[in-house]
Amino acid sequence: MKSAVIVFPASNCDRDAAVALEAVSGAAPHMVWHGETDLPPVDFILLPGGFSYGDYLRSGAMAARSPIMREVIKAAHNGTPVLGICNGFQVLTESGLLPGVLMRNAGLTFVCKTVHLRVENNETLFTRHYNKGDQIAVPVAHHDGNYFADADTLKDLEDQNRIAFRYVDNPNGSQNDIAGILNANGNVLGMMPHPERVIAPILGGTDGAAMFESILEAVA
Amino acid sequence: MSELPYSDGITPETVTEHGLTPDEYALIVEKMGRAPNTTELGIFSVMWSEHCSYKSSRKHLAGLPTTGPQVICGPGENAGIVDLGDGQAAVFKMESHNHPSYIEPYQGAATGVGGIMRDVFTMGARPIANMNALRFGDPSHDKTRHLLSGVVAGIGGYGNCMGVPTVGGEVNFHKRYNGNILVNAMTVGLVETDKIFYSAAKGVGNPVVYVGSKTGRDGIHGATMASAEFDDDSDEKRPTVQVGDPFAEKLLLEACLELMSSDAIIAIQDMGAAGLTSSSVEMADKGGVGIHFNLDKVPCREEAMLPYEMMLSESQERMLMVLKPGKEDDAHKVFQKWGLDFAVIGITTDTHHLVLEFKGEIVADMPVDALTDAAPIYDRPWEPTPKRDTLPADTFAEPADYGATLKQLVGCPDLASRRWIWQQYDHTVMGDTVQTPGGDAAIVRIHGTNKGVAISTDVTPRYCFADPHEGGKQAVAETWRNLTAVGATPLGMTDCLNFGNPEKPDIMGQFVGCLRGMGEAGDALDFPIVSGNVSLYNETNGEAIYPTPAIGGVGLLKDLDKRMDMALKDSGELLIVIGDTKGHLGSSIFAREIHGNEDGAPPPVDLGTERRNGDFVRSLIEGKRVSAVHDVADGGLLVTVAEMAMAGGIGANIDAPRDTTHAYLFGEDQSRYVISVTAQGAETIIRDAENAGVPATILGQVGSDAISINGQHTVTVNSLRGSHERWMPAFMAAAS
Repeated sequence: MKSAVIVFPASNCDRDAAVALEAVSGAAPHMVWHGETDLPPVDFILLPGGFSYGDYLRSGAMAARSPIMREVIKAAHNGTPVLGICNGFQVLTESGLLPGVLMRNAGLTFVCKTVHLRVENNETLFTRHYNKGDQIAVPVAHHDGNYFADADTLKDLEDQNRIAFRYVDNPNGSQNDIAGILNANGNVLGMMPHPERVIAPILGGTDGAAMFESILEAVA
Repeated sequence: MSELPYSDGITPETVTEHGLTPDEYALIVEKMGRAPNTTELGIFSVMWSEHCSYKSSRKHLAGLPTTGPQVICGPGENAGIVDLGDGQAAVFKMESHNHPSYIEPYQGAATGVGGIMRDVFTMGARPIANMNALRFGDPSHDKTRHLLSGVVAGIGGYGNCMGVPTVGGEVNFHKRYNGNILVNAMTVGLVETDKIFYSAAKGVGNPVVYVGSKTGRDGIHGATMASAEFDDDSDEKRPTVQVGDPFAEKLLLEACLELMSSDAIIAIQDMGAAGLTSSSVEMADKGGVGIHFNLDKVPCREEAMLPYEMMLSESQERMLMVLKPGKEDDAHKVFQKWGLDFAVIGITTDTHHLVLEFKGEIVADMPVDALTDAAPIYDRPWEPTPKRDTLPADTFAEPADYGATLKQLVGCPDLASRRWIWQQYDHTVMGDTVQTPGGDAAIVRIHGTNKGVAISTDVTPRYCFADPHEGGKQAVAETWRNLTAVGATPLGMTDCLNFGNPEKPDIMGQFVGCLRGMGEAGDALDFPIVSGNVSLYNETNGEAIYPTPAIGGVGLLKDLDKRMDMALKDSGELLIVIGDTKGHLGSSIFAREIHGNEDGAPPPVDLGTERRNGDFVRSLIEGKRVSAVHDVADGGLLVTVAEMAMAGGIGANIDAPRDTTHAYLFGEDQSRYVISVTAQGAETIIRDAENAGVPATILGQVGSDAISINGQHTVTVNSLRGSHERWMPAFMAAAS
């Protein structure tokens, strides 16, 4: 699998994402600096977690306007799978690739803990190695993970089966317990939890590995 | 004394306002051969401040053990370095940010974390873990909640953005910190041993380069503030607190590490306390050179900044580097990519003087050694802390219901769960956190290997107050013990020495006592101090904090498959206590929380026993002969077992003597561990212990969903957990 990890100023889960991709696929991803204007030819793009531009404006708002994002948006529209994790999810909503917005957590504080997610849709290229209804343990680590969208958008997400994961015990106040959503074509997934942090027993779990295995199989 | 000369605009009052005594001013005049001007006076005032010069502490710091075969770099650099083998080393240091955190908790704590991370990556290391040691006032004090929430948010806000996991720490509450909280931040970094960077600006004619954020007027005289007591008007000092920009620091980290992968840098130093002044003076001093600055080139955030302000600003996220000549363009490109300022602001010279040029004029010209070596060193008078009596067990009544007492203890402010705090810290970023907060020591994997670094921060201030010498020993011993309890071999430590006003002989006595104890323990345990920081004048309106020499220890796990945690796992296993239990209740948590008694000598530490017991426990872990290990600390044996039970979700029955049961269960005798072993393994372990001269006694048996004492006084693990987890969220949610 040829993949790219986009590196924004103050991305900080870029290495973690690269380690997970290499562990599962055997190939190191291209690390693509946000200022680039060309993407290498890849099968898969990952927007990592972090605090792009310090999140001093709305989280992800500045990064969504980086030069490379024009190419990411183009690739997404052409069907290339794109996964945004945490800050990457925020970048996806800010760039219009996914609907809605991630607001400050309902509890107002940063939350880092392992949460349980229910797999709502396993018929996606990101989730095919899970079973529908599986409960998986994946850590969250964010200050702005409270998913919000208007009623019509929420209805579309529900009706079109575009909610990939829901929190079993909502840590941030997200509407409908949403932890991760898909675009209408199903090739863009944004999620707040960090599957790349649970790929080995020594790190406290392996429930994230199946996501990368799913992607590997889907693009093979 | 003859009449001293003064430059225009300077009076004896100005000198006092700069925190300098008349004698110190006279010494400055002598070293300069003339009266200093305002800029020069400002520079002297920060370089000779307690914070930068260690003038009260240096004499006593000299007695600490700082060497060992594993030590690559001891005190005196930005951070200390110990060898991890395989060409890698751990770079670490702990530093205080007490005064600013009390004035403005979020920014004070945030910039403390930012500063300590800079100290570590200045040496070429990527930070891999943050830790902290925090002390707050009594929970009932009207500022405690505000300070705690601000400090925690500040630590998280900075560390989380940097993408460095905050993996643990410790927190105490006591009224002696009502007016002076302690915020001690520690960073551990990983470096290749052939890629370490130091601060000596060797060579003449080399460009001196400023990188990072621009200089503003923030933090001017922060170092001087940290060298004086507080009073009721301390809130007015808010403008001396800096504002942190973790985004800029993350860029600075990546830019520095990128440049460090080339051979462009001769020396590098972060601009911390006293900013451009201390960084340039220290680099020149260590390199045996002078520096000529053109201050017109300093990137400034505000207009019309004067040399005095530029030199004393403590604006954050800045570094000073000396480059090899001709490497300026390559270096500039790296910093440009990361969007950071880069300016050649000076050159190294052979004059041994710090010379400042501004708008075509020389505005300061000072011998470097006058700022460093000539700084006064004080042998402050001190008096030893009077010894306290050891309290007999019958000073305290036995509880009627041990279960209820245990439940109360695990939910008291000093022992309650810190989950509310560490859930605000990203503790799993970087994908190498093996032991998350809540264990005896944090464990972070060395990236790409199956080795790990164990880290723990410890000190028991009430012991240090009761007996500084024993307390100093205990702080070091407990850190060593916590590293041992997870299976690590302790390699070295950093200290953060928080005390009151050293001009008072009783406070100075606490300082001297603690340091002697620490030194003895470091020697006996082969556990050298490789870096540290001193924070004095932690007093408000004349009342000092408890003496608090916080220790941050680092150990190595050569094989992460042989790590250990405290969670009870298997019903039917036997609990064994390693170490002798005499039932020492003086200065214990039980005495304070249940009986309101803070008297009595603290438990003594026998360092030979400490080492023997610890080495034995480590050998059991390495031999995979135990399933759980927890050191015995605050609260004694019963609290230890309760913590193991809560971690594992399984109970235990404890066999306690019928006589002075409370002293046995709640005494805080040192050098002890509780281990969980199979019934078959217990016999040989006890025999091996006997052969090693280590006391080992069967304490009870793992099983059921409750803790009980001799089959009675039952309290369920669930209800203990409820009490343990409830206190802090409830305290923080309560309206103030």
